Amino acid sequence: MYRKDGESYFIIDAHVALWDARPENQRNIHGKQFIDCFYDYHRNLSPDSELWPYEEFLYQGGERLMRDLFDDGYVDHAIFQPALLGDFYENGFGQTEQAFALTRQHPDKLTYNHCWDPRFGEVGLKQLREDAKRFDLKGTKLYTAEWRGESRGWKLDDPWSYRYLEVCQELGIRNIHIHKGPTIRPLDKDAFDVADVDKVATDFPDLNFVIEHCGLPRLEDFCWIATQEPNVHAGLAVAIPFMHTRPRYFAEIIGELLYWLDEDRVQFSSDYALWTPRWLIERFVDFQIPEDMTEYAPLTTAQKKKILGLNAAAMYDIPVPAELRLPESRTAEVA
Amino acid sequence: MRGPEQDAFAALGAVVDPELDEPITDLGFVRSLVVDEGSVTVHLRLPTAFCAPNFAYLMASDAKDVLTDLPWTRAVTVELDDHHDSEMINRGLAADAGYRGTFGDEADSDLDDLRRTFRRKAHTAAVERVLTGMLRADPELAETELHRIAIADLPDDNTTRALLRRREALGLDTDGQLPVLVDERGSPYPPDQAPLRLRLARSTRISIDGNAHFCRGLLRTRYPDEPLDLKETTA
Repeated sequence: MYRKDGESYFIIDAHVALWDARPENQRNIHGKQFIDCFYDYHRNLSPDSELWPYEEFLYQGGERLMRDLFDDGYVDHAIFQPALLGDFYENGFGQTEQAFALTRQHPDKLTYNHCWDPRFGEVGLKQLREDAKRFDLKGTKLYTAEWRGESRGWKLDDPWSYRYLEVCQELGIRNIHIHKGPTIRPLDKDAFDVADVDKVATDFPDLNFVIEHCGLPRLEDFCWIATQEPNVHAGLAVAIPFMHTRPRYFAEIIGELLYWLDEDRVQFSSDYALWTPRWLIERFVDFQIPEDMTEYAPLTTAQKKKILGLNAAAMYDIPVPAELRLPESRTAEVA
Repeated sequence: MRGPEQDAFAALGAVVDPELDEPITDLGFVRSLVVDEGSVTVHLRLPTAFCAPNFAYLMASDAKDVLTDLPWTRAVTVELDDHHDSEMINRGLAADAGYRGTFGDEADSDLDDLRRTFRRKAHTAAVERVLTGMLRADPELAETELHRIAIADLPDDNTTRALLRRREALGLDTDGQLPVLVDERGSPYPPDQAPLRLRLARSTRISIDGNAHFCRGLLRTRYPDEPLDLKETTA
């Protein structure tokens, strides 16, 4: 929970990871390139006071994660969104066992979402059923640019992906988080294209599709799809640290999201350990659309409360203490 | 830079990052440029190792083409550094293997659609810039009137000139009486759609501007010890 100016905010960090990118876990040069790319994101978008040395960035471990999120970071509940990256890391990038063990120790604070990959076919489908039971999955994290052997990516509307989504629907894994990365076969088209989100959102109306980093670098295509598909949501991972480096650009992003979607479909996330939640939450609560940007309405406190936690709480059925909810009348008023 | 290098660098100015709609020379993607009589060697760099390989290939092969087209060049070498597909792309460029020859099974036909998609977006963003400029300059002008604005109504400035270049890239005429708010085929939208089309165009412009800024920043972060602008270095 975060308090400022007499207001209290219930905080859900909807996208965190417990990764291991240390050299001994890197399978090849791509493992190094991947974490170096993340580290450049971190260095480029963080305030100086929040910069981590490279060594610390490679691996945090559970204790550090708990401290950064819950002791220092105001977070009430966080959701693991792991990426496997089995072609880049010996023991995977996201540390499944460690993250799940932490979740079992702190079920009130952590939710574990697992990943799947339709290229594993029937074997993967069977695994998904087992994982759903073991992890009690409410959501899943998909990274469409994952490399696997000769293949360097897949699409949500691939026939096998449909079979996996059907199983998600059957098992009540309702929240599908999607990280659209580059590199998709064939290379003829735009690798960041989000059109496949449109198709699955139409065909699986009971599932929620949370597009991480709100479709960036294709914000415009994402907004257009989300306007038409009520089950498409925006995750603010990667977008929110622009508050620091480029506040006017962030104002445009959040302004566009609130214009094309609505305030119930935008979720806060730090993308830990790319960034830590503390400074992001403090700055977001203080953030306001610059006055001269008259094309956007000012952000309200109610909108900030929804984005920082109430929206994800509703999606994941996470209980919110009564004093941290929005008054019913206010909800009705802003809805 | 000496004369031949300046000449080669100027030629590279015609190579555009299709996604960001800016020359690779302005973006800092030209890492080094060496001319030895008739042979030119260029190294390119990108903001991340995971930039989309099709865009990387497009820029690298366009760079090779513009340098080969210079009358005085005999041997042109273009290499992309520090990319996850550097090896594949550099091999393809050295052999003049073309897009399909470079990527093999991963390529279906060609990259024409990809180029077209981003020419369309560049035009859309340019339309937004001029129309938002008009709205700011004239508080009386309503968004619902934007469909009436013709090319001749635009101020004589860089934003307008940029729009005209984007129209030419799409094969559209630039006559003064033509409407500004049009799609990539030059067709105007129904008048009642003008405010919606402006909003959509704005999200495209924000996307392109934001990506360009982020890419520049990441490039600086990735190569902190190398000059961003090769023009300012001495050979």
